[in-house]
Amino acid sequence: MPAPAEPLSSDLKPPVIESDEGLETEELILNMGPQHPSTHGVLRLVLKLQGEKVIECIPVMGYLHRGLEKIFEWRTFQGGIRYADQADYVSNMLNEHCYAGAMEAIANIEIPRRAEYIRVIADELSRCASHLIWLGTYGLDVGATTPLLYCFRDREEILDMFEELCGSRMNFNYFRPGGVLYDFPPGMLSKLERFLDRFAEHIERDYVELFETNEIFLERTIGVGGIPADVAKQYGLTGPILRASGVDWDLRKDRPYSIYPELKSFASVTSVEGDAYARYKVRLGEMRASVEIIRECIANIPGGAVRARLGHVWKCPKGEAYYTVEGAKGEVGIYMISSGGSAPNPFRAKMRGPSFNNLQILPWLLQGRLVADAVAILGSIDIVLGDVDR
Amino acid sequence: MAIDQKTPTDVHPIDFEEDVVQRRPITTQTGMGGHEPRMIAGVTASDDNIVFTTVNMLVNWARSRSPWPLGYGLACCAIEMMATAASHHDLARFGAEVFRSSPRQADVMIVAGTVTHKMAPRLRRLYEQMPEPKWVIAMGNCASSGGEFWDSYATLQGVDTVVPVDVYVPGCPPRPEALTEGVLRLREKIFKGG
Repeated sequence: MPAPAEPLSSDLKPPVIESDEGLETEELILNMGPQHPSTHGVLRLVLKLQGEKVIECIPVMGYLHRGLEKIFEWRTFQGGIRYADQADYVSNMLNEHCYAGAMEAIANIEIPRRAEYIRVIADELSRCASHLIWLGTYGLDVGATTPLLYCFRDREEILDMFEELCGSRMNFNYFRPGGVLYDFPPGMLSKLERFLDRFAEHIERDYVELFETNEIFLERTIGVGGIPADVAKQYGLTGPILRASGVDWDLRKDRPYSIYPELKSFASVTSVEGDAYARYKVRLGEMRASVEIIRECIANIPGGAVRARLGHVWKCPKGEAYYTVEGAKGEVGIYMISSGGSAPNPFRAKMRGPSFNNLQILPWLLQGRLVADAVAILGSIDIVLGDVDR
Repeated sequence: MAIDQKTPTDVHPIDFEEDVVQRRPITTQTGMGGHEPRMIAGVTASDDNIVFTTVNMLVNWARSRSPWPLGYGLACCAIEMMATAASHHDLARFGAEVFRSSPRQADVMIVAGTVTHKMAPRLRRLYEQMPEPKWVIAMGNCASSGGEFWDSYATLQGVDTVVPVDVYVPGCPPRPEALTEGVLRLREKIFKGG
């Protein structure tokens, strides 16, 4: 059974379910999914309805469980990175960073400066790609078809750059323990700069206009699916959904990794309202922030190697570590245990998917809401089913 | 003669009419299976013309023009399927951009992503809910053969163990161009009565 139905200590409680006066209604159980265009994958929601109100929501997961954590134990340390891609397949680079970072934390590998800069650029591009997908599909969820086409226009450019960088549009297999696989190809940085100029303009011109002047979008998101800050903390939410509730918690500054502490342009984006519209504002702000971060990285990127010299046959020494990365949806974490010796693969790698933890609040959020808002609320959480089920 | 010994005199000068116009690559985009539509001299389209064909040919031609896919995204490939249908790689050029949410309105099921053992019965049910005639495209390595999850305890080793597959599109995930090619191959197959 999902989360408790008791109202949690907060000012913003779910509305009380009133029985409709004079109307004979009976409970209706509605199955939403696993094949549904608005569940963002193969999630199934069992909604218990009283009239138009949702009394109870039970998410059923596991339709995309591929056994990634078991596969990590069967693959070599280097081979597992490819499978970390598959968890959150919308922002792959961030998962790879986490998997590679866990190995580096165990083995205490010094990463070349250039590799760190390349990693941060790749991470932030991946974050933009993820938020673009969210923006487009959320537009579809609340009834706007056009934004999807605009979002994919920019995402295609990002994917083209990833392809230039590592030869693949998705599922890159680009990070390595101790650095990254390839350096930037010639001319890539200037191309990236030109793209950032275009992209920043597109954010201000197209997305702001398409969403914030769209009355239907405003009606369907403002005040819908509000999460108070204390409830968000109790449910263990992370990422934009937490920052939209007014909790300034960003792993890039609160649990610093890579070169984020040195970046001057980095500032976490927060909002206070906590509703679906605030989440939209935070994600749009994060795309703007990513543009600034990438610009600063391009200006300061040093020369040198892109991978630490580890020898031809590298095996992780004995140890264990939990490494976290601020993913596009929240805290991506990998707890890795290496048994050392001649073992070529990790003894155990537990993955913390942010979508799974963020999905926990859905039963609380949907309780007592209109069934028409269910899609708008679910979309605003930004889940990826590969990350939920793993 | 080796290539580097070739003298400029051996190079045939380009005759535009013969080399460019006559030798245009035969496109399969018409779905005609490689035959260029032949022009008959002196005949122009008008209301009085009569075309002789079989009902089969006509129906297959009509069916092959716009196979409507079922919007059936499972995993990573779904994102590339969306990219194929979106602005950059416009799948509407080939009449297959109308992603239906209901299997009752769909002709083609594009199985985009990893099929797990838990999802397989649902996939079969969706396939059975689709009206005849229906086709299946297995998009990506996972749907085609299990792919990189070949030793996973939770995934189906190829969607052809559950439903009959017409076109396999390899890749992890396949590029949008690859899916477009898959749709074109399916159009050819439908046109030939497959």
